[in-house]
Amino acid sequence: MIRYLIRRVMTMAVTLAIVSALVFFIINLPPGDFLSNQIAELQAQGESASVAKAEFLRAQYSLDQPLWMQYLIWLGAVPGPDGYSGLLQGDWGWSFEFDQPVSEVLGETLWLTVIVNLSAMLFIYAVSLPLGTIAAVRAGGVTDYTVAFVGYLGLATPNFLLALILLYYGERYLGLPIGGLMDEQFEGEPFSFAKLKSILAHLVVPTIVIGTAGTAAMIRRLRANLLDELGKPYVTTAKAKGLSSTRRVVKYPLRAALNPFVADIGNLLPSLVSGSVLVSVVLSLPTLGPALLAALRSQDHYLAGFILLFVSALTLAGMLVSDILLAILDPRIRFGGRGR
Amino acid sequence: MKEHGTDMMEGGRAPSPIDPNARYMDGAAYDPDADTDVGGARPDLDMPTGRLIRRRFLKHRLAVVSALFLGFLYLCIPFVELIAPYGANQRDAQHLYAPPQGIHLFHEGSFVGPFVYPTTATADLENFQWTYVEDRETPQKLRFFCLGEPYKFWGLIDGRFHFVCPPEDGTLFLLGADRLGRDVLSRLIYGMRISLTVGLIGITISLLIGVTLGGVAGYFGGWVDAAVQRAIEVIRSLPELPIWLALSAAVPPQWSPVSVFLMISIILGLLDWPGLARAVRSKLLSLREEEFVRAAELIGASPQRIIRTHLIPNFMSHIVVSASLSIPAMILGETALSFLGLGLRPPAVSWGVMLNDAQDLTVIEFYPWVASAMVPVILVVLAFNFLGDGLRDAMDPYT
Repeated sequence: MIRYLIRRVMTMAVTLAIVSALVFFIINLPPGDFLSNQIAELQAQGESASVAKAEFLRAQYSLDQPLWMQYLIWLGAVPGPDGYSGLLQGDWGWSFEFDQPVSEVLGETLWLTVIVNLSAMLFIYAVSLPLGTIAAVRAGGVTDYTVAFVGYLGLATPNFLLALILLYYGERYLGLPIGGLMDEQFEGEPFSFAKLKSILAHLVVPTIVIGTAGTAAMIRRLRANLLDELGKPYVTTAKAKGLSSTRRVVKYPLRAALNPFVADIGNLLPSLVSGSVLVSVVLSLPTLGPALLAALRSQDHYLAGFILLFVSALTLAGMLVSDILLAILDPRIRFGGRGR
Repeated sequence: MKEHGTDMMEGGRAPSPIDPNARYMDGAAYDPDADTDVGGARPDLDMPTGRLIRRRFLKHRLAVVSALFLGFLYLCIPFVELIAPYGANQRDAQHLYAPPQGIHLFHEGSFVGPFVYPTTATADLENFQWTYVEDRETPQKLRFFCLGEPYKFWGLIDGRFHFVCPPEDGTLFLLGADRLGRDVLSRLIYGMRISLTVGLIGITISLLIGVTLGGVAGYFGGWVDAAVQRAIEVIRSLPELPIWLALSAAVPPQWSPVSVFLMISIILGLLDWPGLARAVRSKLLSLREEEFVRAAELIGASPQRIIRTHLIPNFMSHIVVSASLSIPAMILGETALSFLGLGLRPPAVSWGVMLNDAQDLTVIEFYPWVASAMVPVILVVLAFNFLGDGLRDAMDPYT
């Protein structure tokens, strides 16, 4: 088990390294950078003093170096102008637009992003497990068709539209708070019970919106797996021996069908994180989504790069968790790695 | 076996003897095929595969309806200029946020033919909102097969012919008008051109990369396979939308709408290929081990023939299905990007660009028709999903 774990963590580290290079490349694709744009602007206004300052900043952030050097400096593998100071040393870079370190700019957003995605994840499992089971056991029944119908709709409705619609009706008929992740008075406040309550109330709409598409997919998958399992002879045997219908489903077939259910986190999580970015923009949640959009628009490339990397790391971490869960659930995977 | 018709099963089968010890001779001529015939219980399966697939597909009602619906839309795409009553960016300053006009047939009890009642705007200064009053007195007849707003067909040929035109000195806003007084229905029709082709171009890119890499990985194996597998893992772990956002932010703003459109489609296809590559690879690996491939080899079929007649048909079906299931994801992707303002930009018209106008809640509350682009988006995505499901069931007719 431990050996398996180590192997998984190693692969994850390698993947993350490649992803970081990719991300750095992508954020440097747009021509120009924040500082050179600023320099051009300042030169147009004839402010030579500021130009000199901006030039100094360019050297300070090693924007005058070739791209691969910039990457290594950003990573912290090579000393920059201030010595080793990169991601590996815990320095997340500098946001040009806010004139602050990235860690200051993002701050609470990171945790809120994790919370939003985590709650969407829990929502997906909490809803799809019972619904998928019922849909499979009563295949062809009312629940089955309703679930399939809602599932298809959830699949086809763009997340952000669902967000708009739910936001509108949720506010109108249920009095759910609109937008944001907490009431204004709690922003920047230290953690407290009242704040938690406020966050929970604000989480309802985003959780449902982000979770719907995933839930639909998950229900379909669980239903298919469970249907396969229910057709097997041992279920008939259990029935013949007089096991009650609940036990007959829950005891063995459901367990066997759960396996792919857990393994699917790997597929689910990237789409979940993507979806949450968009939904956050629509609902103006203080998560990474809006921050990323703003950073991309203003070419604040260290900020954008860090957000992209963080989001990818979140996905990878989720996959790792799913792998570990699977290994616990399924001995074949746990021992599969050892040579015969 | 598949070449034989069903008629073969009728004759030549010995009725089961009642007394096992009694001597019995079947009068019918001996049919050597009868002993090897195992398909008797399922005569259906002896039909040619193509016909089986078609028959299976036709049974899936939703898929058939979806296919017809999508076929109709794609047929319309070349002719949007003729179908839309207005131009995509034609503005009517007198009718900002005009509500949908209904088509009527009877005016005061007498049949007039399809017509609309004209509307006039008044500014409601208390709520800062446009209100429209319908003039029930003067019906304005629609014109059919008429000369209307001039356009450049495909951007090349000048034309004025429309299937439907607004009445003389009147308006025809069947789905209302938007913020700038542009006809929502016409924009929907124009937007279809971009929104529906984005998926096609994207899937082409994705197929090219996916089939090539997957094929190479499955065929060569070894370190090539390992490298491709790693690449797939990396790409799959990237959250699509943020990367799409970052990539489309890199598209220079001064590009022409057409190049932006092409670039966006390519970006959409760029992240989609891992699923396909993985499918092609595993399919190739497993197909190579299949007995029918071994049999063909032993008979002496050339590798070319094996690939052409045995391998490709087997995974083409798979590819068609995955393609029809990833097109909707790309359509949604374009919609999302344009909605956020990072995809296509006006004056280009796509469903996402139209939804960009519907971003804020007050607009949706007062003028809900501005958000009507969400209906075709949902319908098209659903149709593609049903079509894909139907195809998936049909492609495997032996189960």
